[in-house]
Amino acid sequence: MSRFSVHIHGWLLLLPAAVLLVAFTHFPAAATLYHSFFSTPKPGRSAVYVGLDNYRAMFDDPVFWQSLANNVWFALGTIPASIGLALLMAVLVNRKLAGRGFLRLAYFTPTILPMIAVANIWLFFYTPQYGLLEQLTGLLGLPSHNWLGSRDTALACVIVVTIWKEAGFFMIFYLAALQGIAPSLAEAAAIEGASRWYFFRRVTWPLLAPTTLFVLVNAVINSFRLVDHIIVMTRGGPDNVTSLLLFYIYEVGFKFWDLAYAAALTMVLLAILAALAIGQFVFLERRVHYQ
Amino acid sequence: MLLRRIAQGCAALAAAGAMAAATAQTEISFYYPVAVGGPITKIIDGLAADFEKENPGIKVKPIYAGTYQETIVKALTAHKAGDPPVTSVLLSTDMFTLIDEDAIVPIDSVASAAEDKAWLKSFFPAFMLNSQTGGKTWGVPFQRSTVVLYWNKELFKEAGLDPNKPPATWNEMLAYAQKLTKRDASGNATQWGIQVPSSGFPYWLFQGFTTQNGVELMNAAGDTTYFDKPEVIEALQFWVDLGRKHRVMPQGVVEWGTTPRDFFERKIAMMWTTTGNLTNVKNNAKFDFGVAMLPAGKRRGSPTGGGNFYVFKKSSPAQQQAAVRFIRWITSPERAAQWGIDTGYVAVRPDAWETPAMKKYVAGFPAAAVARDQLQYAVAELSTHENQRVTKALNDGLQAALTGAKTPAQAMQDAQREAERILKPYRR
Repeated sequence: MSRFSVHIHGWLLLLPAAVLLVAFTHFPAAATLYHSFFSTPKPGRSAVYVGLDNYRAMFDDPVFWQSLANNVWFALGTIPASIGLALLMAVLVNRKLAGRGFLRLAYFTPTILPMIAVANIWLFFYTPQYGLLEQLTGLLGLPSHNWLGSRDTALACVIVVTIWKEAGFFMIFYLAALQGIAPSLAEAAAIEGASRWYFFRRVTWPLLAPTTLFVLVNAVINSFRLVDHIIVMTRGGPDNVTSLLLFYIYEVGFKFWDLAYAAALTMVLLAILAALAIGQFVFLERRVHYQ
Repeated sequence: MLLRRIAQGCAALAAAGAMAAATAQTEISFYYPVAVGGPITKIIDGLAADFEKENPGIKVKPIYAGTYQETIVKALTAHKAGDPPVTSVLLSTDMFTLIDEDAIVPIDSVASAAEDKAWLKSFFPAFMLNSQTGGKTWGVPFQRSTVVLYWNKELFKEAGLDPNKPPATWNEMLAYAQKLTKRDASGNATQWGIQVPSSGFPYWLFQGFTTQNGVELMNAAGDTTYFDKPEVIEALQFWVDLGRKHRVMPQGVVEWGTTPRDFFERKIAMMWTTTGNLTNVKNNAKFDFGVAMLPAGKRRGSPTGGGNFYVFKKSSPAQQQAAVRFIRWITSPERAAQWGIDTGYVAVRPDAWETPAMKKYVAGFPAAAVARDQLQYAVAELSTHENQRVTKALNDGLQAALTGAKTPAQAMQDAQREAERILKPYRR
C-alpha cells in the first residue's frame, strides 16, 4: 500500500466515530456558544446580537450564584466520600471471605438501578415520621425531623443518595485494579515484615493511582451531571437550596423557555468542566505512576 | 417465481396507496400527559378507536408524552422545529406561554358555527376562567381538578369530634387540628392535625388560602400580580402559623407526593390535596374518610387546576377542523362523565352530572360531588405571561417563609418585585 492509501485507510477507520462526535458533541457545543451571544427569539421578535448581555445577567441572578455554590458543596460532599467508600468496599470484597460474590453484587446493585426509581425509594426513606430514617432515629429517641423539607438538611440528603449510588460503580474499577496487582508484592512485603497499613500506603495506593485519577475525573463530571434525583426528590426546593447548576439550566431552558440565557449558563458549566478536567490531567497526571 | 411475487406485491402496494389517496384521511396527532394513577393510556387509546369508528375520515394518533412538564417541552420543541402535534392536552395555566410562543389558535376561530358556540358555553364557568383571555377561547377544559379537604373520620371520633362534621371555617380548622394533634411524653408530635403540602407547586395550595382571604393573585390579562397585598401576606401568615406557631402541621416544606401516604398511615388527620387523588384515597384508605370543600376564611374558595385541550397553529385547516371535532366528541356529556368516574377528575360540564352513569356513581360515592359543588367558589389558577418564571418567584417566596428563612411580608415583597421585573414588558 502506498503512503497515501494508508492515510485514507486511517481516516476512514476514524470517520464513524468522528461523525458521531462532531454531530452530537462538537457542533452542539459550538452552536450553544454562538446562541449565547444572541437574545431569545420570540414570535415577531427574532434573535438579535446582544454581545455579553446574557453573561452580564448572570452576575445579577441570585439563583445562578446559589446553584453554583450548591454545586460546589455537592461536589465536595460527594467526590471524596464516594471514592473513599468505593476503595474501602473494594478492599473488603477483594479478600477471601465467605459470600464474597454475593457481597460484590450487593455493593454493585445501586449502580444498575435507574436513578429515578432510586430517588423515589429514597423519598420514602426520608419521609417524616414513618420513613426508614425516622424509624431509626425514633428508636434512639431523637425528635422527628423533616429531612427534605428543611433548608439545613435537604442538600445533605441528596448528597447521601448520590454517594450511595456512585460508590458501587467506582468500587468495580478499584476491584479490577486490585486484582491486577501481583500477589508476589504482598508476599515480598510479608517477608520484609511490612505492616498491612504500610503495605497499603506504600505499595497498593501508588499502584492504584491511575484508577484513582480515572475515578476522580468521572466523579467530578458526575457531580455536575447527575440531577435526576433532584427532579424527583426536591425540584430544587426548598427555596433553591438543592438547585444544582444543570437543574437550573433545565429550568431556564425548558420551563422558562429563555433559551439564550440557558445557552450562556451551559457555556459556564462547560467552561467549569473543561477547566477541572484539564487541571486534573495536567497537575495530577504527573503524580500518577503508570506501569 | 420469486420475481413474480415481488411484482405482485408492488402492484398491491400501489393499489393500496391509490385507495388511501382517494379516501383522503385526515390524521391528527394528539399529545397527552398522565398525571394521576390508573390505566390512563388504555382509556385514551380506547376513546381514540371509538372516535375513528364513528368518524371514518379522521385518524387520531394519541401519543403519550410523559408528565405535564415533559409534554409541554415536547410540544413546544416540536412547534419550534415546525412539526407540532395537531392537538395536545397541556396545563390550563400554560395558555399565556402558548399564546406568546404563537403556538396555538383560538378554538372559537376554528369552531365558529352556532352549535360550536353553544358547546363552548356548556362548561362550568370556573373552568373557562383559565381558558379565555382577550375575548377569545384558547383551551377546552378536559381533565380539571380543584383542591379539597380529606379527613379521617376515625381520628375525629378518637379526638371527641363529630366524625361527620368537617371544619367549615379557618378557626374551626385550627381548633380541630389542635385537638387532633397528638404528642408523646417528650413533646414530639406522633399525629398531626392538618397537612397542606408545599413542595413543587406550593402556589396552588396557597391560592386556596388567598382566595378564602378574599384576594386574587393576578389580573385576568395575566400581566400583573398582587403578591404583596396585605391580604396575601395575611393568608401566608396563617399557613406559616399552622406549623411554626400552633404546631398542628409539620414544619418546613411538606412533600406533595407522600401526603396521601401520610394520610393512609394515620399520621395526619386532615389533608389538603387535589380531587384527582379521590380514587387513590378511596382504594387505599383503610378507614372511614370524608371529603369536604376547603374551609372558609372571609369566603370559601379554591383554585382550579389541571389540563385543557389546545389546537396548534402549524397544522392544516382540515386538521384543525378534525381536531375540534374530536375535542367536541370527547367532551360530550357521556364521555366527560365516564372520564371523571375513571380518573377522579371533575367532569367539566354541568350536564355530564345529569347522565345516568354519573348519577349512579355519585349515589354510591357522594364524596365525588364535593369538587363540583365547590366550583361555584373556585377562581382561576395562577397564570400569567412567562408563567413558570413568575410562579417560581412565588414558590421560592412561599418556601422561604415556610422554612422560616424570611417573614411572610418579606417573602411576598421579594416575590412581587421579581414578578414585576418579569411582567413589565408585557404591559404595553
